[in-house]
This record gives sequence, C-alpha cells and structure tokens, in this order.
Amino acid sequence: MISVSLNAYLALSVILFALGFLGVLVRRNTIVIFMCLELMLVAATIAFVAFSCYNGTMDGNVFVFFILTVAAAEVAVGLAIIVALFRRRQTIQVDQLDSLKN
Amino acid sequence: MTQIMFNFLALLVVISAIGVVVAKNVVHGAMCLLLCLVGVAGLFVALDAYLLAFVLLLVYAGAVVALFLFIVMLLDNRGDQRPGVKHLPLYARLVALVLLLAGTASFLARAHLPSPALGAAPGVGASLKLYAYQLFTTYLLPVQVIGFLLLIAMLGVIVLSRKHEVAEDAP
Repeated sequence: MISVSLNAYLALSVILFALGFLGVLVRRNTIVIFMCLELMLVAATIAFVAFSCYNGTMDGNVFVFFILTVAAAEVAVGLAIIVALFRRRQTIQVDQLDSLKN
Repeated sequence: MTQIMFNFLALLVVISAIGVVVAKNVVHGAMCLLLCLVGVAGLFVALDAYLLAFVLLLVYAGAVVALFLFIVMLLDNRGDQRPGVKHLPLYARLVALVLLLAGTASFLARAHLPSPALGAAPGVGASLKLYAYQLFTTYLLPVQVIGFLLLIAMLGVIVLSRKHEVAEDAP
C-alpha cells in the first residue's frame, strides 16, 4: 500500500528542519523565532513517525507523544516569558534585547 | 496514489514552512504554520499514525497556533517598520548559507537507507491498543514525569505572568 520510500520522508524532514533553523538564524521577531522552533520540532516528529512505520515498531510513535507534550509546555512557558519581556522592555525584537552585550 | 498524495502534502508543508520563515506579518506566519501542521497531519495519516495526526491537529493547530495568535494580538508590534531580518555581516550570511546548504545537500545526496517494503496490512501506528499498552507498561515512568512537567509548566506560566507590584529599576 505504501509506495513512498523512507528516504523521501527523511528528506522532507531534513528540509523542514533546515527551514526552521534558517528562520531561527535570520528573523528578528521573537514570536517568529518561536514558530520556527516549532517547525524544527515537527520535522523531528516526521522522522520519528516515518522510522516507526517502516520498522514496524511502536517506540517512535510513543516518543512523538512525549515530543508533542513537551512542545506544548514549552510554548506556554516561552510565550509567558515573551509577554513578561514585552512588559519590561516594550520590545520583542532580538537585536534590541542586548543588555548583556554592553 | 500514495505517491501523489505524498508529493502534494510535502509541497504544501515545504511551501507553508517557507511562508513561516519569510512572512513579514506575524499573523500571516502563524497562518502558514497552521497550514504546515495540517500538511504534517496528512503525512501522519499516510504513515498510518491516525491517532498522532489527530493529536497533532488538536494540540498544535488547536492550542499552540491559537496561543500564538493570542500573544500576537496582545503584543501589538505594528509600530516597527524595519525589515524582519537581522542585520548580519556579509561573511556571516555566506557562511551560514553555505553550511545550511551543505548539510542539507550532503544528507540528500548520501543518506540512502534501505526502505523495507510494507505489505497491505496497516502499520503498527494504526492500533490504539498498542499505544495504550506501551504507554502503561514500557513508558509508564515517562508518562508520570511528563504529567509532572505539565504541572510545573503551568505553575511557571502563572508565576511568570503575574504582575510584580514592586517596580524594578527598568532601563
């Protein structure tokens, strides 16, 4: 039934991870950086589910459960930090948050 | 048939991910993220992981993207008209671009894993019983740890979002 090869899924996962990493590197808005982090997590889950399906084991699928849970907790805490940061500094652009630099 | 579906979903996922990276408006970026997650859920269905596709849509598309939109609404940041990309020196851009492309290309060119042929039977991910069995036997301790982690995250968010009465020496 499944005719797509495992390599195709892994290639998609790598491309998605690279795109997320690129976003984390170049964007200035903290919220966009956070969304790109989510892209990287989702790329990892694609690889997990593909390996799990093609190897016939359950462990990758169960691990994706944990990744989803940790990602949800991470988003909640991260966005709370961003809100606290905005209250304190009135900006969420990463190049203006440079108190440690000077 | 599966190949066509995979190509369509992969294209959707990659294009919407590019949208997340390049979108000028954060709300448009969040919408692209939503589209990307829907595509990934479709891929999970193609991989017989129906429960995970459902959970992904519920948790990510339902809760996480909504939370992102809520925060964007809360922090109205439209006064900033500068471009959304950091100012990097030219050499830093070149080095980052070359490293990223080299990493991706080396994977795409050299990683050829044996792809076992799957039969007509649905994969292991389709069985809810297996999930439950694994979660309550092999992974019982991680499940409890994750529950504790969620509790701590909730407490942390409450502490972080509380207003401090004492005005600290803000710059």
